[in-house]
Amino acid sequence: MVRDLSTTLCGVELDNPIIPASGTFGFGAEMSDIYDINILGSISFKGTTLDSRFGNPTPRIAECSAGMINSVGLQNPGIDAVISHELPELRKRFHKPIIANISGFSIDEYTECCRRIDSEEQVEIIEVNVSCPNVHNGGMAFGTSPESAAAVTAAVKAVTTKPVFIKLSPNVTDIVSIARACEDAGADGLTLINTMLGMRIDIARRRPVIANKMGGFSGRAIFPVAVRMVYQVANACKIPVIGCGGVATAEDAVEMMMAGASAVQVGAENLRNPFACKQIIENLPLVMEKLGIERLRDIIGIVK
Amino acid sequence: MKEVVFEIVSNRALTDSVYEMVLSGDTSAITRPGQFVELSLEGLFLRRPISVCNYDEGKLTLIYKVVGKGTAQMANLAVGTKIDALTGLGNGFNDEAQCNTPLLVGGGVGVPPLYRLARNLIAKGKQVTVVLGFNTAAEIFYREQFEALGAKVIVATADGSYGVKGFVTDAIKESGITADYFYSCGPLPMLRALTTALDIDGEISLEERMGCGFGICMGCSIMTTAGAKRVCKEGPVFRKEEIVW
Repeated sequence: MVRDLSTTLCGVELDNPIIPASGTFGFGAEMSDIYDINILGSISFKGTTLDSRFGNPTPRIAECSAGMINSVGLQNPGIDAVISHELPELRKRFHKPIIANISGFSIDEYTECCRRIDSEEQVEIIEVNVSCPNVHNGGMAFGTSPESAAAVTAAVKAVTTKPVFIKLSPNVTDIVSIARACEDAGADGLTLINTMLGMRIDIARRRPVIANKMGGFSGRAIFPVAVRMVYQVANACKIPVIGCGGVATAEDAVEMMMAGASAVQVGAENLRNPFACKQIIENLPLVMEKLGIERLRDIIGIVK
Repeated sequence: MKEVVFEIVSNRALTDSVYEMVLSGDTSAITRPGQFVELSLEGLFLRRPISVCNYDEGKLTLIYKVVGKGTAQMANLAVGTKIDALTGLGNGFNDEAQCNTPLLVGGGVGVPPLYRLARNLIAKGKQVTVVLGFNTAAEIFYREQFEALGAKVIVATADGSYGVKGFVTDAIKESGITADYFYSCGPLPMLRALTTALDIDGEISLEERMGCGFGICMGCSIMTTAGAKRVCKEGPVFRKEEIVW
């Protein structure tokens, strides 16, 4: 039997639900040297800001049990260079819908970036990362209060024609209130979760492992947290959810979809296993067969 | 880049903390000295980047120092153990650089990638001088191997227990070496002192904590005179003038 892996995000048809998460796949060019990236459902490209950013000092990476901490600090060439250079290179190699991941440190930066990327043909979804600090409000991350998350959502929606997914931070007390605030402000979908704030200390040197002291914890260890938050949000909101956080296998992808995800992003696993997305896509039909799933979309949110 | 499952042929201590591991498996993705491999180790999330010391068809030699959990695990791996690796990573040294009397300078665990480079340069008929720097006599490794290739080898130890007392820069000054190009790998203070001391063109291999090792995570970026570069992808070898000290 041919298993149907397709899924839909706000009318955007994906051949399968597997999407490399932003920051773990660059702009696709390096990965296309390793395998044909057209097998992917979509790609969420490297988080892009208005101006180019070098990011944080090194070391930016710390090993953890079943995961890692990164504090890259949104290194990217800036929105104009992404449009003039990275996107044309990606288009040469990838013929599926692209998700543009946008970051900002002020509402104006978000809206300007989204406005510029909105007219790019192959970009079919704009994913807005609200885990960045708001420089005009004491550095508190936009995604940590319902009001500021809603403010970014409304501002971005006012300047875009494409579906807007807000990528939520898990570093909050009540993810549902923030998800609902984004939905009420016009978000077309939600991606969750971003990395969890973490820290490691080098006990021999008595100092943090990461130059920036703290960073985003990701990898297999955060999978149960991600499943829980996807489940809570998918049950509280009507808009589609992209599940993200610690996904490493086809079984994980199925679990994420049963929790309520319409599509699944694979992040840190790509860094340890460059073939992670490919292997998940290849294994999905086998796992579906074992579980008696004919159409993957039938299991979205099936667990109540 | 290629994913290859290697098998350990030998794994022996060269000093108290430095080991040489010889592996059998497909080395076809390794194209230049100075490239590195990334090993997948049991129970560790990220792979461990290790520079390539030597390679031939079907045979790979790595030299590593035990500095943490990953390398400690490597030191305990038995002959016959299979290791999953990504190979042929990074740019490597340019062994086609215009020169006749290249100087290769290695400090401590920065020595290994210079071995295959020396072999290539000698095979091209160049007159190769190798300066190796260690803290003390007990930490010296691969001196005889470099000599066996036909290189002139000078050793410096910080405590004077072997060879020239002092740093590699002292050994270069003292022995009156004349060179028309240099290649180097070692601790940052050594690389900086060397670059200041030598009035010739050269290449430097850098080390940085990595996430992926193949250019997608931006974990190992450095700022160079030509903008941001990834140590794992555009590096680990950089031209001297690219480095911002």
